[in-house]
Amino acid sequence: MTAPAAPGSPPGLLRRIFDSDLWYSFTRSWITMGSGICVLLLVVGALGAPVLAPHDTFDPATLKLMDAFTPPVWVEGGNPTYLIGTDNQGRDMLSTIMFGMRISLLVGFAAVLFSLVLGVGLGLVAGYLGGTIDALIMRVADIKLAFPAILIALLVDGVSRAALPRDMHDQLALYVVVFAIGVSNWVSYARTVRGTVMVERGKDYVQAARVIGIHPAVIMVRHVLPNVMGPVLVIATLGLALAILTEATLSFLGVGVPPTQPSLGTLIRNGNDYLFSGEWWIAIFPGLTLVVLALSVNLLGDWLRDALNPKLR
Amino acid sequence: MSETAARPLVEVQDLARYFDVSKPLLNRLLEGGKRQILRAVDGVSFDIPRGRTFALVGESGCGKSTVARCVVGLYPLSRGKMIFEGVDIASMRTREAMRPFRRRLQMIFQDPYASLNPRWRVRDIIAEPIRAHAILSGREAIDARVDELLTQVKLNPRDGEKYPHEFSGGQRQRISIARALASNPEFLVCDEPTSALDVSVQAQILNLMKDLQRDLGLTYLFISHNLAVVHHMSDEVGVMYLGRLVERAPSKELFRFPRHPYTQMLLDTIPDIDMTGRQRQPVAGEVPNPIDPPPGCPFNPRCAFANDRCRTEVPVAKRAGEALVACHGIEEGRVPVIERVPAPVAA
Repeated sequence: MTAPAAPGSPPGLLRRIFDSDLWYSFTRSWITMGSGICVLLLVVGALGAPVLAPHDTFDPATLKLMDAFTPPVWVEGGNPTYLIGTDNQGRDMLSTIMFGMRISLLVGFAAVLFSLVLGVGLGLVAGYLGGTIDALIMRVADIKLAFPAILIALLVDGVSRAALPRDMHDQLALYVVVFAIGVSNWVSYARTVRGTVMVERGKDYVQAARVIGIHPAVIMVRHVLPNVMGPVLVIATLGLALAILTEATLSFLGVGVPPTQPSLGTLIRNGNDYLFSGEWWIAIFPGLTLVVLALSVNLLGDWLRDALNPKLR
Repeated sequence: MSETAARPLVEVQDLARYFDVSKPLLNRLLEGGKRQILRAVDGVSFDIPRGRTFALVGESGCGKSTVARCVVGLYPLSRGKMIFEGVDIASMRTREAMRPFRRRLQMIFQDPYASLNPRWRVRDIIAEPIRAHAILSGREAIDARVDELLTQVKLNPRDGEKYPHEFSGGQRQRISIARALASNPEFLVCDEPTSALDVSVQAQILNLMKDLQRDLGLTYLFISHNLAVVHHMSDEVGVMYLGRLVERAPSKELFRFPRHPYTQMLLDTIPDIDMTGRQRQPVAGEVPNPIDPPPGCPFNPRCAFANDRCRTEVPVAKRAGEALVACHGIEEGRVPVIERVPAPVAA
């Protein structure tokens, strides 16, 4: 054990990260390191798109229809201005992918956050209170599990299209997608949290807090919640890949994000039309990006699951 | 003397706690079968004068811990009263009504590895009751109080910055005691506080608890299955069997003149360290299933003195010398009471 630091001067955050078991296990496997670097690069590319992207694909003034269907540079007829070619409108593929990833990641993170808050909240309540409330919440979860996620997402999308006026729907489309994906994924959080809470609830430290006279809600948030966050973090990471893929599927089917805010799924759908006429790069590169992104996030999630499991250390 | 001084701090009257252990309604309807009620505690009464220690002993599963949890309010009572300084706190339904009493009775748990939240610093664990009851305000005042409590339980104030996993079992139990003391309670319920510890550490913790009792005037309800520990700690002892008190007597009296056949059997099992040549009797038989207790005296299947009356009629506690004993045999004088030399306690 390191000597306890004097109060008021805890070791720096970076120091603690590099000293932690988690960082150690991260550096043990090149697959994990590789996924981490991939995710980092993709996220930086997506977040920095307005600065880093070689072209601003949202500015119609910069589009040259003459450059449409330019192949990647290493193919004959390629143009060094467009590293991996252009699409049917003459947009630089690299830039559209970077901007598209922004939307994909935004929807993915927002959907995960939404289902995490919903699932963890319901799971905590169900596990801590038990009885009728628990039975009610878990039966709803069972019913939810009986439907495929994509079906629920389609249903939510369909209902919102019917219920909202058209211009309003376009404005809210992003939120609708987030809601649709979030609602379809909350059950795994709720189940895990409920199970863990039921174990933690019986432990003496929770009983001790009850004897002290702490309010049940405070016990849940301050005592139980931190002890269930490990598994939740793992599910959230794996769920991020799932959410990104679900969003891509929805957008590919044309019910996801609006065409004015293209995500990776929209790009693949767009390229799909030209796949058989020789312009393969329009669909393949967004698809590859999606695969690398989802795979890296998934591998990171697998690593996190093993690293946080004390039995596998 | 005023009346409050004469009145015991804690009075437990006819305390009972039943658990419904039947299968879910749907299974009962489909498979048949009746409701099953587990009478974990069935009519236990005792009182504890201020500054004294009352011990509950008994085998595993006899309901000792359930009594402890009922007394601190972790379980609602199925029947009976838990009177603290003249007020029945078991009848209180709201947390708000309980609030003034919460501070004054605290609990020390059996397993020091489970009773401290692994993710909290020791300082925050000990400060929790202080913050919860707003006993002190301001970081410095609370820190000073936590330092004082850590010193009181013979730990270093610097230990407050550590996490529970950095401590041994005995040290953790000291932290647990410090937390229990943080709200200046008058009454501590100790549920087997030393049974998870090494023998050498047990003695340290017990002596610490005795010192604290003397210095702070604490009242203890002490739960244990270890008769040597009970002998060392308690002023009065209650022997529990299958959810009932079978004998209640001052500690000295109980260890010298055990009356109830079950008490006699328990004392016979204490290891004979002095080599007096006494034959140790193994514990005979097993505790019956509390879901389906035997008719009459719950001890009758294991009792050498049981007769027909014992098998049909539940005995009630009657005074015998300084003790209260629930036994037909003692009442009728058929059970011999032999004076024993209590084994000296190493602790």
